[in-house]
Amino acid sequence: MSDITKQSLTELVENIKNKKLSSTDVTKAFIERSEKSKELNAYITEDFTSALDKAKKFDQKPNLDLKLPGIPMAVKDLFCTKDVKTTAGSKILNNFVPTYESTVTDNIWNEGAILLGKLNCDEFAMGSSNETSFFGNVQNPIDKDLVPGGSSGGSASAVAGQLTPITIGTDTGGSIRQPASFTGTVGLKPTYGSCSRYGIVAFASSLDQAGPMAQNVRDCALLQEVISSYDSKDSTSINFKRNQYSEELTNNIKGKKIGIPKEYRVDGMPKEIEDLWQKGIQYVKDCGAETIDISLPHTSYALPTYYIVAPAEASSNLARYDGVKYGFRAKGENLIDMYEKTRSEGFGAEVQRRIMIGTYVLSSGYYDAYYLKAQKVRKLIKNDFDEAYKKVDAILTPSTPSSAFKIGEKTDDPVSMYLNDIFTVPVNLAGLPGISIPAGHDSKGYPLGLQIIGKAFDEQNILNIAFAMEEKINFKNKITDWWIK
Amino acid sequence: MSIDLKTIKHISKLSRISVDEKRAEKLAGDLNSIFDFIEKLNELKTDNVEPLTSVAETTLKLRSDEVKSKNIREQIIKNSPHDNEDYFVVPKVIE
Repeated sequence: MSDITKQSLTELVENIKNKKLSSTDVTKAFIERSEKSKELNAYITEDFTSALDKAKKFDQKPNLDLKLPGIPMAVKDLFCTKDVKTTAGSKILNNFVPTYESTVTDNIWNEGAILLGKLNCDEFAMGSSNETSFFGNVQNPIDKDLVPGGSSGGSASAVAGQLTPITIGTDTGGSIRQPASFTGTVGLKPTYGSCSRYGIVAFASSLDQAGPMAQNVRDCALLQEVISSYDSKDSTSINFKRNQYSEELTNNIKGKKIGIPKEYRVDGMPKEIEDLWQKGIQYVKDCGAETIDISLPHTSYALPTYYIVAPAEASSNLARYDGVKYGFRAKGENLIDMYEKTRSEGFGAEVQRRIMIGTYVLSSGYYDAYYLKAQKVRKLIKNDFDEAYKKVDAILTPSTPSSAFKIGEKTDDPVSMYLNDIFTVPVNLAGLPGISIPAGHDSKGYPLGLQIIGKAFDEQNILNIAFAMEEKINFKNKITDWWIK
Repeated sequence: MSIDLKTIKHISKLSRISVDEKRAEKLAGDLNSIFDFIEKLNELKTDNVEPLTSVAETTLKLRSDEVKSKNIREQIIKNSPHDNEDYFVVPKVIE
């Protein structure tokens, strides 16, 4: 039974389709492994009993034409799931049970998948280490006391630790790609407007996107095919021709032009990251692609821009948590006192910090100096990419400026924590797709990722490049199962 | 630029999050280091740049004004921390 959890999604689908495995076999295997893996703290809510019931039901009348036939899957606890508690990693939503389903998870269940449970994440997806979760740290399966990255830290840990064959996360500034990089897994942030935001707990609405996290590129392409859809319930959902990403996947990237942006060579970047990048450049050349030096001159302004735009939108989105309609409520002497105590006791420190930054930059007298300024710089950042894409088909960069760090190492200094997202944030600001693939190990044996950034709606192209590189890199994740007693 | 305790108190009031003195001091320190970092944007001249409000270049679609969700009163009230069957209940507002 143990080898079931080592199989990729693509293998599991195949084995279920040709009846070598039943959904019950597969679901049981992942539940057993999840139960032995409590130390990782990847789950906030387990839904195992119900998952097993659904698997048995599936096996009684299996529909093998579906894309995810009877595949069990845990998802980030930022997606609303009907009748299953959804917390967003926050005390303020600790008792929230949605009465509706997010479009992205609905798409997944409609293709035959089965919910295993809800995965840990930074509170309201605000964090880069999963340490802001009300439900505690998540361990990285790579090594004890190592953060899995964030905010989709539980998702990354669960895929790397084989607690789920595949998962979905959300990415506002790097929350899929950075944890994927830290755990030796593949993570795709799709083009803004590709996956519906309906039913996803909102953080920064102009940046948030859902995306797949997987053990390999093909699995990632298959899940992207399932979750990407036009949805009238999301006013920023875009109706474009979506590919059958996994069926159209090819390793033929001959003649593709890949940009190498010089501004991503930042001060103080470890030599290991630079070396990895050079290796990546060689890999794409070996695949027959051409690399071209490009410039994205406003790169260093992306992070300061992000830390105005994202908190501003968050302060507005999180105004809804007032202790009246749902969620936690503190006792107060009057209405205003109740609001203030509810939000003070219900939100954690990082969320409060960001609400305050956002409130300040939107407040009277500061709006133009901060928020408007940031929106203008955001335009310059997008223009940089538009200009670059006149010359190249995709862009190759490192995913993160370092490998995973220790739990507690960066919690006292918010700015040093924010710097983690230096290579991922520009992609969100410009609304582009980006994928992180594992590309090597540092001297400590921790995984390092490379990021491929594409043109808007060009997911197929970056998946193809990632697929071709994956073959060359032949990465093996070093998971020792240290947490299983 | 420096954010003082008075400003923190003001933002705390605007954002409806109560903070005690100790938290306020910590927040002032954090926010100052974050704003030092944000100030970098002032290096750029942006007078003639159009602000980017959304990367999704679409106009909002119109739809007919029809009620689609009916009889969902129970669902709406369901997650209320303090409900009285048909209403959301809040601390007394009018004496």
